[in-house]
Amino acid sequence: MISAAVIMSALELGCIYALVALALFLSFRVLNIADMTTDGAFTLGCAVSATVAVAGHPLLALPAAMLAGVCAGYITALLQTKLNIPSILAGIITNTGLYTVNLAVMDFSSNVNMMRTETLFTLLQPNLGSFYKLVPVALLTALMGFALVMFLRTRLGLSIRATGDNPDMVRASSINTGFTITVGLCISNSLTALSGAVLAQYQKTADINLGNGMVIIGLASLIIGETLMPRGKTWMKALGAILGSILYRFIIAIALRLDLPSECLKLISAVIVALAIGLPTIKKALKPAAKGGNA
Amino acid sequence: MLKLHNISKTFNPGTVNEKKALSGVSLHLAPGDFVTILGSNGAGKSTLFGAIAGSFVVDSGSVHLDGINITNLPDYKRSKFIGRLFQDPLKGTAPTMTIEENLALAYMRATSGTSPFSMISRADRASFREKLAMLELGLEDRMDHPVGLLSGGQRQALTLLMATLVTPKLLLLDEHTAALDPATAEKVLELTRKIVSENAITCLMITHNIPSALSLGNRTIMMNNGQIVMELAGEERANMTTEKLLKAFHDQGMSNDRILFSAE
Repeated sequence: MISAAVIMSALELGCIYALVALALFLSFRVLNIADMTTDGAFTLGCAVSATVAVAGHPLLALPAAMLAGVCAGYITALLQTKLNIPSILAGIITNTGLYTVNLAVMDFSSNVNMMRTETLFTLLQPNLGSFYKLVPVALLTALMGFALVMFLRTRLGLSIRATGDNPDMVRASSINTGFTITVGLCISNSLTALSGAVLAQYQKTADINLGNGMVIIGLASLIIGETLMPRGKTWMKALGAILGSILYRFIIAIALRLDLPSECLKLISAVIVALAIGLPTIKKALKPAAKGGNA
Repeated sequence: MLKLHNISKTFNPGTVNEKKALSGVSLHLAPGDFVTILGSNGAGKSTLFGAIAGSFVVDSGSVHLDGINITNLPDYKRSKFIGRLFQDPLKGTAPTMTIEENLALAYMRATSGTSPFSMISRADRASFREKLAMLELGLEDRMDHPVGLLSGGQRQALTLLMATLVTPKLLLLDEHTAALDPATAEKVLELTRKIVSENAITCLMITHNIPSALSLGNRTIMMNNGQIVMELAGEERANMTTEKLLKAFHDQGMSNDRILFSAE
């Protein structure tokens, strides 16, 4: 029922979107901030990557997109830590502003066609045969996952983790929580933008709407990963986020096989996230009812 | 070493919730002083700590530590010199992180020169282990356990160790044993006495327990309505008893409600 090509593309997309899941692991789970910059930062990554690739630098496009993501994260962090805007609102404000920025990056057109553009993948195609898409995205995701886990073990990484856990204690250790939040959001949005950057080159097109709903897709992947790796060390949780993203793509592939219209996918993602985050409360609400039933 | 001059703080000024928490408090501490603070609820004891630690901006007055004016320094910068423990054992540690990681964070107060990208070294680990062993709680063998799994007493002992891992110039103890069971409280208090005297740390301790206020440290102050109303030191303090102190409270026109104090 599922062909090798379908499996391959699910693996490829899973690895690409895993970068968003890793980004949300950092912002949502480690820092305890629901970062709404994600959608806009993803599109920003797409737009920068496409524009730089069209200009003839497909490899430079990736660090350029990451740098753009850092800037987006920095603005959200600035709104939050310096102007005391609530974190969710700060993300939405940046996200809204990014729409215009993203259009501007794409020269005020709503999409960029890269059909005849040299990309990361066309560069590798002669050497890697039919794995020319999977190998680079898998390596990139593994590398970023490893770097993130190692970073979280450094002194700075520890203070970022503690900021989400107990900010009072971080301040008592003479660390400015405004600084740790800023670093965390910059890193997480650079990962999100990198994901968008790779996706744009992968599908040879960038579109102003590519990032819509990305935060929910990323959260769904993250939560699926958490059910695979319910507890454990940081590296297991990061691995869970990557696996969750790949599994999510398989779920989508199966849904498409079952002739589910692709327009339904966002609704399904939304339901998955709502159910998964609400699950502890649902369980709690059902428990006393079950007891009452027994009595 | 610590010099508070004429500190005042009013919360929610101009509203129905206006609360004058501190009015004109001045206090001098000599190096090595261990001052216990008594006072009923709402007397301004914790607010006094907040003013010293920088939890809020004071309305007037100044705070000097070791001759440096820290009145306008943010809390996270002051914590380089000031250690603080709260009544709630959950406040001082990060629950999902391991004992070792918590200690590493606390140790950063001393290592501001090292790279933010450096990791916990073998030497760090060995020194944490040695310090944990001093608590005699067996925590040195559980360094990779998340702190959230520890009991309240263990967490408070760990917090005490973290606050003093890098010897602070000043240690603020805000009823740090009040939420613990009597045996554990006694143990944590004993640890406090040991660590403070071994490192000659200047210390302020809030307590509701009159006997320990009189037995610990070398000075005792009493607060009421945001002011220091009585100060005991030397012979006068040595001859003070719980009964006499409660009577003094009464004579001052203060509530000597025994519920607010523990006389045992």
